[in-house]
Amino acid sequence: MACINPDGTLTPSAKAILSAVSSPASLEEVAKSTGLPLFRIRSSIREMLEAGLAEEKEGKYAATKLGQEKI
Amino acid sequence: MEEKVAAETKEVVSLPRLGEPAPAFEAVTTQGPVRLEDFKGSWLVLFSHPADFTPVCTTEFMGFAEIHPELKKRDVELLGLSVDSVSSHIAWVRNIEEKMGVKIPFPIIADLNKEVATLYGMIHPGESKTETSRCVFIIDPEGVLRAMIYYPLTTGRNMQEILRLVDALQTTDKHKVATPANWKPGEKVIVPPPNTQEMAEERLKEGYECKDWYFCKKKL
Repeated sequence: MACINPDGTLTPSAKAILSAVSSPASLEEVAKSTGLPLFRIRSSIREMLEAGLAEEKEGKYAATKLGQEKI
Repeated sequence: MEEKVAAETKEVVSLPRLGEPAPAFEAVTTQGPVRLEDFKGSWLVLFSHPADFTPVCTTEFMGFAEIHPELKKRDVELLGLSVDSVSSHIAWVRNIEEKMGVKIPFPIIADLNKEVATLYGMIHPGESKTETSRCVFIIDPEGVLRAMIYYPLTTGRNMQEILRLVDALQTTDKHKVATPANWKPGEKVIVPPPNTQEMAEERLKEGYECKDWYFCKKKL
């Protein structure tokens, strides 16, 4: 996975994205605050949803408790 | 007779079509897994190269890195592809940075199973059965394939032409015009020809620079 290292720690860009969703934010807002392209935010958030690190509510994304612990 | 049968059973390489949705894919890249839909809302230049660690491809990658800031200004993302592995791509882009001083800022698809290459008709067996040719696909923010360029293995692409093509497509979308041969931004554009007799009669009175009713230009 691009966000999660084999030892379970997060990559620097994954940490930046998770920090950006410490409070709920849209994908566009995350792209703006991290400076990463929107396609990378979309693919990274998809991985984080699958890993239980982030959750989606009404079109916005937020770090889960597990995600907060990983930052 | 045998030759005829062989010709009839020869595999047909299908190409995507302009004006239709670009074929969807999910692929592994040097920046993680991506899907075509991840690029929705932005323009995308998807391009293939024959192989990592080859000289013409290296000059092209430096060229793509050079125009990357100009593409970003136009809201265009770049996505490379070859049938090499992610490890090979990583080693090559690190080598380009170390030896040539050029950082490659865009992701590269590792299409080892040729899935994306097949969808987009990037492999031309007459040239090579194991490498992708030098293809460029320009996909608009709605995911529609708007332009394709195919170059042979021996000929490096012209980066300025790719920028010019993006500019022309974006100008067409914004102003509902066409662009003449060798057009560059700032030059006059073609007013779409009238499609009724009534419109043709009116066209010459509309203040455009016209050679005839079907051939009118204007400044933007």
